Amino acid sequence: MVPFGGWLMPVQYTSILEEHQAVRNNVGVFDISHMGQFIVAATPSSHRVGGTGAAATWLNSMLTNNVDKLNVGVGQYTFLLNERGGIIDDLIVYRIDEQKYLLVVNAARADEDFAWLQNHLKEGRSPDRPSGGRSFAEATAGNLETAVPCTLATRTADFGAVAIQGPQTMALFRALFGKDIELPARNHIIDVPFDTANVSVARTGYTGEDGIEIFFPANDAVKFWSATLERGKPLGIKPCGLGARDTLRLEMCYPLNGSDLSVERNPIEAGLGFFVDLAKPDFVGRDALLKTKETGPGEKLVPFRMKEKGPPPRPHYAVFCNGERIGEVTSGTLSPSLNWGIGMAYVSSAHAKIGADIDIEIRAQKFPATVEKKPLYRKPAS
Amino acid sequence: MIIPDDLLYTESHEWIKREGENIRVGITDHAQSELTDVVYVELPKLERQVNPKEPIAVVESVKAASDIYAPVKGTVVEANKALEADPGLINREPYGQGWIFVLKIENPDDLKNLKDASAYKTQIG
Repeated sequence: MVPFGGWLMPVQYTSILEEHQAVRNNVGVFDISHMGQFIVAATPSSHRVGGTGAAATWLNSMLTNNVDKLNVGVGQYTFLLNERGGIIDDLIVYRIDEQKYLLVVNAARADEDFAWLQNHLKEGRSPDRPSGGRSFAEATAGNLETAVPCTLATRTADFGAVAIQGPQTMALFRALFGKDIELPARNHIIDVPFDTANVSVARTGYTGEDGIEIFFPANDAVKFWSATLERGKPLGIKPCGLGARDTLRLEMCYPLNGSDLSVERNPIEAGLGFFVDLAKPDFVGRDALLKTKETGPGEKLVPFRMKEKGPPPRPHYAVFCNGERIGEVTSGTLSPSLNWGIGMAYVSSAHAKIGADIDIEIRAQKFPATVEKKPLYRKPAS
Repeated sequence: MIIPDDLLYTESHEWIKREGENIRVGITDHAQSELTDVVYVELPKLERQVNPKEPIAVVESVKAASDIYAPVKGTVVEANKALEADPGLINREPYGQGWIFVLKIENPDDLKNLKDASAYKTQIG
């Protein structure tokens, strides 16, 4: 057990390698109850304040991706930025009702995210605008009657969550919920009856395998976890810890906040501009991102693979090219699927080209590596 | 957790087996379990002279790299090449095929500073 974002979490239940392989070959289950869950919903008076889409309008001013693209029951990956474009958190926002959104955020950032969102909501201040400017409520409604267009609440303590990931996800979904219920489509979320209550099932994950994430009231957590392990037994299920979660996501080049992302980095440097809609008129950090886009980022996050068998790369190892220091590793490990050293590093943009030769310095010795394309691991064609 | 009675131990979780003028060294069952799956071992060079508590080898799990220390002053006379092909031996047989190196010790009296099984057991609780 290790402290993780204010929670005690297992790095592994049995073995990182075994858990990793269970997810790649069969199915694994992760306890992700530590992740923050926020609800943003329109207030009853929101029609006067922000029109029918008050919650969406406010979220669009706080997050980088475009919430307007979401139909009810669909989620998207997005960023919460500061004014400098720095990444406070990366998260998934699901539209769970006409005017209601579920935000699933990183445990280690949940308190900070909540305070940030709450302050912006309270101040009713439009993003990227000094406090002397027009407030959000004014801008959207043209009156001062109600300053708050929507409510923000955390339900982290009241809700648990698990991620079920692996090629046997569909079989386990059926074993848990019956054969008559269809799996939601990718990035979709549905409510499904389980036992005496409803749980929410989203077709999302952090492993590159087919998978679902399930949200349920905390009271049902133990019951749900036990049922999943029991019904997954014939499918070869393994409970998986943070260790396997990290190796699985790194093989797919999914970033980890705190390692690959931070307030010192923006989504363009991180190569995640796809999840930023600069066509939106305004959101916190937009001006900074426009500038980065114009000048081009000085450094970029790139995946790499070692050229030879040797020690695995690790976070903070220095990256060189022809003897010149060009960057630093942010994530690195021995890929259990490839049995080979892989990682991600920020390197100066001139070297951030697929196929570029780089060196990773490990204990004062340089080991050759190559900048690769995402993802670092591809499932063999079946 | 297995802690054989006939071995000596260090605070940094190495075990030591006396073999005449030499000692064989590996990491304990407790250490391998804490490290998780070992995926790479950097062995010491033969003939290298080391002082007590000097980093001499590196054991890497999926999670992290950990230094292994020389328990006493001596010279490296053997390194377990089998670990290069199969580092998982350290997890499977920490006290057997998973040994890491052999030191020719300078002064047998140095071994008196090491822990016995019961003292190590107390340490790891």
